Amino acid sequence: SFISLILFMFFSFLRNAVLEGEANKVGCSLPAARKTGTTICGVVFKDGVVLGADTRATEGMVVADKNCSKIHYISPNIYCCGAGTAADTEMTTQIISSNLELHSLSTGRLPRVATANRMLKQMLFRYQGYIGAALVLGGVDCNGPHLYSIYPHGSTDKLPYVTMEVASLSSDWFLCSSCSGSGSLAAMAVFEDRYKPNMEEEEAKRLVRDAIAAGIFNDLGSGSNIDLCVITKGKVDYIRPHDEANKKGVRTGDYKYKRGTTGVLSKTVLDLEVVEETVQTMDTS
Amino acid sequence: MLNLFDTRGLRSQLKDSIPVAGLCPTGSYGLQDSMRSGFTSVKNELLPSHPLELSEKNYQPNKDKMNFSTLRNIQGLHAPLKLQMEYRAARQIQRLPFLQSSNLALDTLRGSDESIGFEDILNDPAQSEMMGEPHMMVEYKLGLL
Repeated sequence: SFISLILFMFFSFLRNAVLEGEANKVGCSLPAARKTGTTICGVVFKDGVVLGADTRATEGMVVADKNCSKIHYISPNIYCCGAGTAADTEMTTQIISSNLELHSLSTGRLPRVATANRMLKQMLFRYQGYIGAALVLGGVDCNGPHLYSIYPHGSTDKLPYVTMEVASLSSDWFLCSSCSGSGSLAAMAVFEDRYKPNMEEEEAKRLVRDAIAAGIFNDLGSGSNIDLCVITKGKVDYIRPHDEANKKGVRTGDYKYKRGTTGVLSKTVLDLEVVEETVQTMDTS
Repeated sequence: MLNLFDTRGLRSQLKDSIPVAGLCPTGSYGLQDSMRSGFTSVKNELLPSHPLELSEKNYQPNKDKMNFSTLRNIQGLHAPLKLQMEYRAARQIQRLPFLQSSNLALDTLRGSDESIGFEDILNDPAQSEMMGEPHMMVEYKLGLL
């Protein structure tokens, strides 16, 4: 990468402020950034991590994308769900994914979730919350399954808490859950009710599916399908879509008249004769 | 000259970025470029236009200062001195003036050849649409102009 002769130029911030002032005088407003008003969540279960997300992207009050993918790839064993400004989550996860790949090539090892977490939080803190990306990062590495939630200003939560973390691979892994986004309250309610430590994979998938469905049906910013990503040691199951909660309805009636509605009195068929065929070249200069 | 313990306040940081208002405005033919920089006003040219502007402008120098200061405390004065000498040498390895240099030696010294940031993706100078006039630039550099 370059030495920082190249920086962000901030002059367009001034121009945007002037344009916004002018637009407000006329009564219009500037176009809104596309956000993923979202429900995303993650659960640590017995053998790994299940991440879930809805698939609606909104642009103000309009649905911009009915089936967008919110679970981003970071590394073969780490995936990240993103809420907030869609471009920010996309670019941030891609940059961290590239950096993590270079780092793992340099160390020669599978990357750790804590590394991805550290890189993300340092970058988000550097930009002081102006990058609107709220992320749920989950993965399985040599130390077991991990789940982090990362906020736009750069603070992170590791669930389970550090004091309860167990280094060995045996015995009980203290499991916990994390939600983020506008539909997160609905999803968190489902988690608080039905979460248990050491769940089986099917149970964890059902729990995440129900939590996302709660967000989809109770929050306007979330909708469409439910995507799941199950990460276990050595295997990743990216299920897209896991559940089509909002299928587009099928029309029950049709205004077109069926053939035969009008009675046919007589029928004459005329064959067209090809008399002449000419080719005219087009001027495509 | 080492700048390890040079504590710069906001005022001195601002001083670097003050152009004289109204003189040499950016834009073609020396006219103000209202599309890009809005209406010119003294306030706009004195104060930073974004809360992050100063922080980003000084990010790399601040990071370097912190690293050199730590290095000095751990290994002694010779370590940052030698490193800065190497940086200075590496910075002089450039191509001809109108060509974009890869700065490979400097990148390797800094360790930034193993990381990707916004400066690599956005506004890549190797892919800029404008190029300087080669003959003029070389003559200027050699002092013939």
